[in-house]
Amino acid sequence: MPRADDTLPPGPSPDPAAPRTVMSEPDVARALRRIAHEIVERNRGASELVLVGIPTRGVELAKRLAALLAEIEGTHVPVGELDITMFRDDLRHQPTRAPMKTRLPAGGVDDRVVVLVDDVLYSGRTIRAALDALSDLGRPRAVRLAALVDRGHRELPIRADHVGKNLPTAHSERVMVRLVGVDDVTGDSVSIALGETLAGRPSTPEALR
Amino acid sequence: MKHLLSSADLTRDDVRMLLATAAEMHEVQHRDVKKLPTLRGRTIINLFFEDSTRTRSSFEIAGKWMSADTINITGKGSSTSKGESLRDTVMTIDAMSVDCVVIRHMASGSAHQVSQWVDASVVNAGDGTHEHPTQALLDAYTMEQRLGSLEGRRVAIVGDLTHSRVFRSNAITLRTLGAHVTLVAPPTLMPSGITAWAAADGLELTDDLDAVLASGPDAVMMLRVQRERMSGGFFPTPREYTVGFGLTRERLRALTAANPEAVICHPGPMNRGLEISADAADAAQSLVLDQVSAGVAVRMAVLYHLLAGEEVAA
Repeated sequence: MPRADDTLPPGPSPDPAAPRTVMSEPDVARALRRIAHEIVERNRGASELVLVGIPTRGVELAKRLAALLAEIEGTHVPVGELDITMFRDDLRHQPTRAPMKTRLPAGGVDDRVVVLVDDVLYSGRTIRAALDALSDLGRPRAVRLAALVDRGHRELPIRADHVGKNLPTAHSERVMVRLVGVDDVTGDSVSIALGETLAGRPSTPEALR
Repeated sequence: MKHLLSSADLTRDDVRMLLATAAEMHEVQHRDVKKLPTLRGRTIINLFFEDSTRTRSSFEIAGKWMSADTINITGKGSSTSKGESLRDTVMTIDAMSVDCVVIRHMASGSAHQVSQWVDASVVNAGDGTHEHPTQALLDAYTMEQRLGSLEGRRVAIVGDLTHSRVFRSNAITLRTLGAHVTLVAPPTLMPSGITAWAAADGLELTDDLDAVLASGPDAVMMLRVQRERMSGGFFPTPREYTVGFGLTRERLRALTAANPEAVICHPGPMNRGLEISADAADAAQSLVLDQVSAGVAVRMAVLYHLLAGEEVAA
């Protein structure tokens, strides 16, 4: 099996230790396919569902899940995106940045089952902010959470309903999700490198730097 | 960014970030729940020593929609009418630990002066005949909504330049965004020193409105004739001003013929029949009400970037 480390693009990691790949492109694809099946199983079908991605990689993942649900169930599941910048609890600890898009599908989220989609679940603060943002936009019948990676270290009572991979990490490590369509890469990957990230703050994709 | 005092303080990246933020804030305006928790616990004082409808109300709404507490103080009805100086008034307000002072004052440079006295962030909401940076941002935002990028676009600013803070901020911001700016005014209403600035910043100067309209600019911004600031004879009669520099029905036709896509802006309040005819003000290409609508979104963006991030030293 080819070592994905060799093909991994040089990340923005400041440390000399090379990032370690924990999910390759097929791993990501398999994890998403399983999550899609779980969502259908849990929901007993794909009706009434709305997938809401958290920018930027959550949106890409939500789109991929919608494509998989269409393949599995033959139903079109609407996809929205939900920016949480204005709802963060750590705004005062960093410079401001322009918020990203919030766009809900035409039908809204009222009485729907919303599946929030994010790339990495860490402190849970992003999801807390997303739940607040969502409640200003409507009243879903239920809200569930799907994350590609759960790296632990929760700081709030939040858990994911669907997880691609449970990844035990140290605070001193960084989890980097790189997706085709968002990042300037030729294949999807999840890797771990040394170097702390601010809890709950996803690293900005290269395109937005 | 600690204060917003002049459009010249904003780099192109700053303007781009503010306009991108404003676009998302505009979206919030169309929701059922028009409220973001972003500035919860922050206090904003709107200190207005000059009359204002849209600027003051839009700053107040902007603050409220972001969950800040906003308080309005006007010149009339405050201790200013008892003879308190501007310095004492703002020091009093600052002593109440407010986070932001939005100030409009008849003296040019007042916002800058106030920023030296207080710990709070200061937003210039119009200082005399000097600057009005949030107006320039919302004008740029409105024009971009309709025209797309302003890079290389041609904008004519027409009318009472001498008394206009809107023109000064707009000319700066439009140049920052890469637009070509033509200033049109009778020689009596060209501000002193404009030639040097125009030469340095690449602004065109003319007193021939018809020639400018015939060249088909992408946007025409009509300025209000500020009669409250005029003490001498800047033009013989209002009628004569309209004939030379008003956007009349005939000129609207000429503009549309030269460029059917051209848009018309006016910062308001309009003197209908003086600098702009009713036909032009209510035309399909008039952005006057879009400007007002953008005002709230742009001011939300400004307040967010000044107040939400980490504490910056003055």
